Amino acid sequence: MASDPRRKAESARGANKARSPWREQAESYLTHHRKVAEDSARRLWQTPVASLMTWTVMGVALALPVALLLLLTSLQGVSAGWESSARVTAYMELDVSLDRARVLADDISGDGRVAGVELVDREQALTEFRASSGLEDALDYLEGNPLPHTLLITPKEGARSTEGVEGLVRFVEGMEGVELVQVDLGWLQRLNAMTDLLARAVWALAILLAAAVVLVIGNTVRLSIESRRDEILVAKLVGGTDSFVRRPFLYTGTWFGLGGGAVALILLQLSMWWLSGPIERLAVLYRSDFSLDGLQIDGALALIIVAMLLGWLGAWVAVKRHLDDMEPGDIAGG
Amino acid sequence: MIEFHQVTKRYDSDHTALRQVNFGLERGELAFLTGHSGAGKSTLLKLVMVMERPSAGEVVVGGQVLNRLPRRQIPYIRRHIGVVFQNHQLLFDRTVFDNVAMPLEVMGASPRDTGRRVRAALDKVGLLKKEKMNPMQLSGGEQQRVGIARAVVNKPPVLLADEPTGNLDPELSADIMNLFGQFSQVGVTVLIATHDIALINEMGRRTLTLDHGRLIAGGTSVIGGAASGL
Repeated sequence: MASDPRRKAESARGANKARSPWREQAESYLTHHRKVAEDSARRLWQTPVASLMTWTVMGVALALPVALLLLLTSLQGVSAGWESSARVTAYMELDVSLDRARVLADDISGDGRVAGVELVDREQALTEFRASSGLEDALDYLEGNPLPHTLLITPKEGARSTEGVEGLVRFVEGMEGVELVQVDLGWLQRLNAMTDLLARAVWALAILLAAAVVLVIGNTVRLSIESRRDEILVAKLVGGTDSFVRRPFLYTGTWFGLGGGAVALILLQLSMWWLSGPIERLAVLYRSDFSLDGLQIDGALALIIVAMLLGWLGAWVAVKRHLDDMEPGDIAGG
Repeated sequence: MIEFHQVTKRYDSDHTALRQVNFGLERGELAFLTGHSGAGKSTLLKLVMVMERPSAGEVVVGGQVLNRLPRRQIPYIRRHIGVVFQNHQLLFDRTVFDNVAMPLEVMGASPRDTGRRVRAALDKVGLLKKEKMNPMQLSGGEQQRVGIARAVVNKPPVLLADEPTGNLDPELSADIMNLFGQFSQVGVTVLIATHDIALINEMGRRTLTLDHGRLIAGGTSVIGGAASGL
């Protein structure tokens, strides 16, 4: 007996399907998605101040690590630039004659790894030192010239890696009459180590802030769930699936993400514009081609997408936590 | 269409809402469910809608045993059950049309289909001209009719009503009951929980009477038997 109505219900559903084939089904599904997305966006728009505040919180939280990452990238660019301009300085023993120094310079410049050698003889070195150090008077008290002949060696492009330079240093050190070879790479290594450390710190910060963003969005979406409680209960009552009920809130989270990403981009551009003057001056003072690079179009796109994903994730957390438990049981009073 | 086999519902405390309830409702049958307040009327309705699960016994709706229904299947069962509430549960942030369209929306009906069926349902309850209004602008009786239109818009085989005439004067109540009668004539199984005895007597239909969780009248286990009236 009971099976008869059931069959009836099934055939009714079958008829439904026949009337709305697969294509139409998919179309109405997409229409629904678009409608929900628009509706969620409109709701955010209807409370502009509250939405803007959430966007700003998110924007700040996203802009901070991205700005630090950009700075780091620029710093790494700088150290790479300096690495390539590394020069090897070889100091002769004091009793090496100028002729011997010339021979050494020729020998070195014959090496495949060397682009050029400049010989600075002791007299020239003293004159330069006198002029630049301001220690003229002190130098007058010295009996002789304390400075040796010096060779300034510029490695070829191919030999400018750390290993290449080290090999060159060993080669020069092994030569007769060379007292000391210096490569001023130590500070560069320290800078690299520091930027590595900084990079890790920035990533840790980025992860923490991303978690904060997820929680902020989660909380905002929770409030939105509370305020639409009746609607959720009715939707569940008339047979809305969990994913149907979740959908508007997931879109809300995603839109929060989009807005937050946009605010972050604006903040980044503003600070870039604000910093660009001083940075240029600083770079000129250091005779460096250092420049703070802003986000390219792909970076900006990635930022927006990440922000939207974080917003979606926050909404998902809130929905999982608060929505699935909601049952229309309490709607039908005593 | 609806069958209860030895259904008992016990809540966490020692409060037992339903005790060994047996009854069956046929397709197209209209029955009343009555009893003092707290007798278990709402619990019985909630069991049909899978808002609650029985502690013992079996609830069968449309041939489907609800006890073992997985949670994710519940929405699909509810699409076959229309519900009308005393406080009608309309949403005041949208038009009458959008309220009635909700059951179709959750099913993913196409906009064209939705428009046609919503207007048919509104026409049935005599509110076709008010589809663009907010439910807040309607009278109590009209709001209740919107609630009914929403309950029947997707042509469910089962229609439940919980005190649908609770806030209405007798004339409007008669109107509403008349509507329910029409639905049962086209094959919908209608179960109306009410304690409006006058109304029940007037209609002269089968009446299930609950008393402290026991079904004391109208609950024949002979499904589709000649049970009727008090």
